[in-house]
Amino acid sequence: MENNVVLTARGISMTFPGVKALENVDFTLRKGEIHALMGENGAGKSTLIKCLTGINDFETGEIRIDGVDGPVKNHSTRDAQNVGISTVYQEVNLCPNLSVAENLFIGREPLTALRTVDRNSYNKRSQKIMDDLGISVDVTQNLENYSLAIQQMVAIARAVDMDCKVLILDEPTSSLDDEEVEKLFKLMRMLKDKGVGIIFVTHFLEQVYAVCDRITVLRNGTLVGEYPIADLPRVKLVAAMMGKDLDDLASIKGESKDLSHEPLEISARGLAHLGTVKPFDLDIHKGEVIGIGGLLGSGRSELARSIYGADRANVGTLKVKDKEVQIHQPIDAMNLGMGMLPDDRKAEGIIEDLTVRENIILALQAKTGTFKRLSSQKQNEIADRYIELLSIKTPSPETLVKQLSGGNQQKVILARWLATNPDFLILDEPTRGIDIGTKTEIQKLILELAEQGKSIVFISSEIMEMVRTCNRMVIMRDGEKVGEVGGDITEQKVMHAIAGGGEEK
Amino acid sequence: MKKFRSMNSNTVLLLITIGLFIIMYAGGCIAYGAKGFTHLQTFLNILITNSGLICVSCGLTVVMLTAGIDISVGSLVAMDCMMLAVGMRNGIGAVEMCAAVLITGIVFGLVQGFLIGYLEIQPFIVTMAGMFFGRGMTAVICTDQVSITQDINAVFYNWANAKIILPFGGYLNNKGKYMAPFIRVEVVIALIVLALIFLMLRYTRFGRALYAIGGSEQSAAMMGLNVKQTKMKAYVLSSVLTSIGGICYCLNTMAGSVQQATGLEMDAISSAVIGGTLLTGGVGNVFGTFIGVLINGTISSIVKTNGKLASSWPNILTAALLFIFIVIQSLFAAMRARKK
Repeated sequence: MENNVVLTARGISMTFPGVKALENVDFTLRKGEIHALMGENGAGKSTLIKCLTGINDFETGEIRIDGVDGPVKNHSTRDAQNVGISTVYQEVNLCPNLSVAENLFIGREPLTALRTVDRNSYNKRSQKIMDDLGISVDVTQNLENYSLAIQQMVAIARAVDMDCKVLILDEPTSSLDDEEVEKLFKLMRMLKDKGVGIIFVTHFLEQVYAVCDRITVLRNGTLVGEYPIADLPRVKLVAAMMGKDLDDLASIKGESKDLSHEPLEISARGLAHLGTVKPFDLDIHKGEVIGIGGLLGSGRSELARSIYGADRANVGTLKVKDKEVQIHQPIDAMNLGMGMLPDDRKAEGIIEDLTVRENIILALQAKTGTFKRLSSQKQNEIADRYIELLSIKTPSPETLVKQLSGGNQQKVILARWLATNPDFLILDEPTRGIDIGTKTEIQKLILELAEQGKSIVFISSEIMEMVRTCNRMVIMRDGEKVGEVGGDITEQKVMHAIAGGGEEK
Repeated sequence: MKKFRSMNSNTVLLLITIGLFIIMYAGGCIAYGAKGFTHLQTFLNILITNSGLICVSCGLTVVMLTAGIDISVGSLVAMDCMMLAVGMRNGIGAVEMCAAVLITGIVFGLVQGFLIGYLEIQPFIVTMAGMFFGRGMTAVICTDQVSITQDINAVFYNWANAKIILPFGGYLNNKGKYMAPFIRVEVVIALIVLALIFLMLRYTRFGRALYAIGGSEQSAAMMGLNVKQTKMKAYVLSSVLTSIGGICYCLNTMAGSVQQATGLEMDAISSAVIGGTLLTGGVGNVFGTFIGVLINGTISSIVKTNGKLASSWPNILTAALLFIFIVIQSLFAAMRARKK
């Protein structure tokens, strides 16, 4: 094996029923580097990682690891750990009911002379490990008492302490805030200096450029190339991932139109869901796209939910198309022509064990009533129309939704609401966790829908997305609507409004 | 302050259970002191009658920690008793029969454990099949009630009637005779089992792996634990402890019968739950379960001492207790969720 290389994969191929998931992919990881593995959803990143960690059995090709003679074929995560490959996933794979120290040592606890686990010894060692990594925790406390970020770091600490040579971080930053991400990066750099090879999978392009040394790009199960970070600026990276030159994202937005003369679609006065959203006034005109900006937890989703009845508003009045209405629960809102794509699509949106067709017609069926079943011809018609319209990548309308990639699942839920032909649509984080190509498509779609005269509330953690698509933005802070940004929206204006004009620090 | 913080809600639950036991027992002493409830022997009798249940409940706690369940235990106990009674009636020695019962337990557990651990079938379904099998086999062995008398097997008879006198806590009966408090062999067995399982859960890799699997099976697998094997071992252990419990049970009843120990699995589950073991796995320990058994035993004992209450009262009281505990547990869970 070459100097400095800790892991090579050569000519890896793997087929899932009907899909060539990986075809002849090469990958090389060097000591002490942070290597981004990039690609759109379905490009084969996860499959490649699962081949490395023994979850998937690849068909051809070989994997070699520094320190092991001959090719390695792992059959379980345990095998992978034994040859020095550890993985930390987006969802923390630790046991919340055990102490931090136990989570670090479970399965390999030091034993006393009596073959019992040596609690004192591993508590001490754990405390030292965490202290060395600069993470301040009491290791005897149960893991569930700590934040997700700390849990993530405990998972990494465990991997590192197991003498891992290769650390795979699969979307570790998805549920962390900026400060926590920074802590994680610090930890990653520290490990890099110790000579660990890190494979970093993420959707956040800026994070790639913040920590990585090298990028490998996959597309449709094949290798596009491996590049040092300096040779691949952002635009080129996106182009490599999508396989085409990106028509600049910024060009999506048309000229900003003043729609205030259009009839009112929604008009809220003093509406509030006590405890989560303070009373707010909000007017939304026909054909408008309204963004809701604010920090995570500032009440963005809650504002939308109180309009839709997902959290029943307990004070204030709501007018829809100039008629005062009472919305007690989402079905009332649906009957008034509203639709809402919730942010937690796993828990509140997608039903994994139903087919694409069934998921698409779900809301429409609920709206027409359980006993008026839509004919199967009609169902197929609707499903086909939206699969085509949103270019949902699915083998057939009868495929189970869980077999689709995240981005395509998202489109299925969007199709569900479009099928009800709503006049007013709330999209809460429709672009989270999906690749940049699909993000662009969804933003374009929002603008098209608005063009057709639908009013839309668009919530996103990426301010630029809203800046590009919205006519107006509502700014939230601590559950209170603190202002609106209209006219010529810029990221700077929005940030300024969120920060509150220098009130805080 | 720090000490208090480190006392998590599970410890609080256990303390509540212990407190409840003390209150209940004290209540019994106050109400029925005249009927001899205050004598140490009353408590020891609870241990004697429930020695089998203690072993069985320890086994159930082990599988419940992995978020599993084992409802075959009641009929396995019946099968064990029947095996012992019929075997000894046919002239086989007590030691040999006990060994046979234990081996049966291991085989029984291996089959159930294999189906649950390696074939990943729902524990409820597998052990329900085990439950029907056990009850059915008991009837296949013999449909009559078979008593173990001194004539049938003197060794077993002597075990069952051996009194282990305690050097303290006796009292004078109304004829002025000193009544020394005693326990029986099965109590010793049950307490040894309890201590061993307590230590096993706390201080061995296997024990900790059980908690890890109950906390998150997927995580446990990702962390390199052998989940399948550990689960299988848990069910083997449950069946073996049940068989030990079966022997204790038989020492107590000195008979085998098809209808014996019906519903014992529910007593064991309720003891574990009252003792703080969560059905969702990962939380609990056998000390709590032991207190759970004692609470159940105290209820029966109070009802029995009263003499006038219908025998259905223990069920209703247990139901009330279970209800209270489930509500408290979910309150704690909600509090924890809110803290996050």
